[in-house]
Amino acid sequence: MSAISSTMNPTAIKESDMPEADPKKAPIERPADTVIEEGKTVGVPLSDDPKFQLRNVEVFYGETPAIKNISLDIARNEVIAFIGPSGCGKSTFLRCLNRMNDSIDSCRIKGSLQLDGQDIYDSKRDVVELRARVGMVFQKPNPFPKSIYDNVAYGPRIHGLANRKSDLDDIVENSLRKAGLWNEAKDRLDAMATGMSGGQQQRLCIARAIAVSPEVVLMDEPCSALDPIATARIEELIAELSESYTIVIVTHSMQQAARVSNRTAYFHLGHLVEVNDTSKVFTMPEHELTESYITGRFG
Amino acid sequence: MQTADLLPLVLVLAAVAYGFAYMRSRAVAAPLGGIRNLKALPAYYAARAALWCAIPALIILGTWAAFEGKVIQDVVMASLPAELAPQSAGHASLTLSQISNLAAGKLDPAMVPDGISGAAALLQELREQSSRFKALLVILIAVLGGAFAWTRVAPHINARKSVERTLQRLFFVCAAVAILTTIGIVFSVIFETVRFFGKVPMSEFLFGTSWSPQTALRADQIGSEGAFGIIPLFTGTLMISAIALLIAVPVGLLSAVYLSEYASRPVRAVVKPLLEMLAGVPTVVYGFFAALTVAPFIRDLALMLGLEASSQSALAAGLVMGIMIIPFVSSLSDDVINAVPRALRDGSLALGATQSETMKNVIFPAALPGIMGGILLAASRAIGETMIVVMAAGLAANLTANPLDSVTTVTVQIVTLLTGDQEFDSAKTLAAFALGMMLFIVTLLLNVIALKVVRKYREQYD
Repeated sequence: MSAISSTMNPTAIKESDMPEADPKKAPIERPADTVIEEGKTVGVPLSDDPKFQLRNVEVFYGETPAIKNISLDIARNEVIAFIGPSGCGKSTFLRCLNRMNDSIDSCRIKGSLQLDGQDIYDSKRDVVELRARVGMVFQKPNPFPKSIYDNVAYGPRIHGLANRKSDLDDIVENSLRKAGLWNEAKDRLDAMATGMSGGQQQRLCIARAIAVSPEVVLMDEPCSALDPIATARIEELIAELSESYTIVIVTHSMQQAARVSNRTAYFHLGHLVEVNDTSKVFTMPEHELTESYITGRFG
Repeated sequence: MQTADLLPLVLVLAAVAYGFAYMRSRAVAAPLGGIRNLKALPAYYAARAALWCAIPALIILGTWAAFEGKVIQDVVMASLPAELAPQSAGHASLTLSQISNLAAGKLDPAMVPDGISGAAALLQELREQSSRFKALLVILIAVLGGAFAWTRVAPHINARKSVERTLQRLFFVCAAVAILTTIGIVFSVIFETVRFFGKVPMSEFLFGTSWSPQTALRADQIGSEGAFGIIPLFTGTLMISAIALLIAVPVGLLSAVYLSEYASRPVRAVVKPLLEMLAGVPTVVYGFFAALTVAPFIRDLALMLGLEASSQSALAAGLVMGIMIIPFVSSLSDDVINAVPRALRDGSLALGATQSETMKNVIFPAALPGIMGGILLAASRAIGETMIVVMAAGLAANLTANPLDSVTTVTVQIVTLLTGDQEFDSAKTLAAFALGMMLFIVTLLLNVIALKVVRKYREQYD
């Protein structure tokens, strides 16, 4: 146990510690005896065939703890969804997996994070190689202000994946096909990517991520900026991609988590409360907090 | 009372009107149940009263002050006896100055004819009268205006609208002042330029390769026939500006990249203001740094390498000017690079690009138009710079491509043409205006290009 947690003694967060709710608003119902034990996760957090082995992970922004002692395995070729109320640390945790938190000066990470048995945060670790293996799709579509072709070819070019122009063409075509964008984009590969619709842009970002043949794709609320039709399209895509990639998806939509994932992890105030098979989480959650959240009583 | 005394008086009256209207609006509001029942806040009624008090009074004051001198003069001149009436414009102004000197007590009344001393007395009296009337009228208008607005403090009158409208007009007037001044400058330059082209053909000016603006003062002088070809001046300007940009663009750009992408926050907090301090150094200081330190150093270095060099060189001026404009490039580029959305950076980094790859492939292209804008701004600054060149590059209008030679620039020639005693109808003096016109056109073009580029950049993302 770290010095910080022992002085602040947040090992158990009780309902009575929470600020009182405004009586005019719908009351936040939470069982009075609900206790989160730090480091204790109900359900099945571990796996026999882990891609990621994450043990006792703690993340701090300055002195503020954002992730409190989380241990979790992410299995090979599974789709795991991170759900939880805003500010619960799920995005922070996701960004630890490809070290995207490195660029935040105040961010400190403790614990052991391993990808295929190798430490992600080892000082000798090559971040470039790590990120080539663990790709990421962001909340807001962020295509580069370049042509569609150049967007997809960006990763292969910097990693030297293609020796000839025709190889690169093949990679671009394959990636766009996998992302379900080829038919829409094949006639305008030279057009600016920023001119596409939001849903197309997000699929382009997925194509861009898979063009470097990653093993894992991290998705940080990939559909939150999209309309329902574009969302359905992306969800189909996730199902197709799950055959060849390990996918970690953060989402605010419980229906989405239920539709696309094999396992679901529920985060609460920096704790990992419950991890279970998705069907189990949404039918008979083991933890009271999970139940409250998925039934919409708070969050 | 003089105009200078009336001005603060009007402002004091306006403040008084403000206070009274404010109190009245509160008093009016009180029985209605508070200021929420007024159409506007008390401050608006008060501001309207102040505006009603000040603006008409100031307009009257300004108009009176503008015409008072001329009207009094005309009356005084008309009052002169026929034998003293001036025959020519020169004579008129002489008579007038005699009258006003006499009125001011600088001239002995015994030295001038009677008619003049009569006129001086009249002048004195008219001035006093005018001053009295002016003060009376202005104060009256101010008080009336304030009182009128005071009576118009009522719950159903919306003072907010009229105050907003007045302020809007005030802002328009301010904007118009700036624009009209620019137009005035342009026209004064254009007129003189046209006069210059009446003396020197435009083709000679634009395409002549020799610059020596000394014109003969007497017809029998030899060897001082003026030559007005601007090509040596423009090549000098271009060479010095090019050297300056060659220094400033790489150094400024790369330091911007360092500051925005690599420097830690404490380093950035120290380095950025220091870099921007370069822009605050007066150009004169750069000038003597160039003339006393850099230019001799370059000459010695060149001599050591066996090259011929003059002690004033384009290279010295260009180098120092380059240092001077570094902050223009670096500061603007830094802002533009920081304005590139974080999402683009993250997108590139998440694909496994290194920081420098991200910089080169994503951030730089996205920021390039903005960076170009900064460079063009620096370029107009370099072209317009004078002090450094005067001190470090010399005055000789050499048509040369050797940066170790001394050259001169358009701005430097304008300075030398217009300093000292001048006759404002010789080709030599008028040439300064033509040069100014050319410079104006060139920098205007650069600015237009910069604006276009910046506008295009705004459409790039989001």
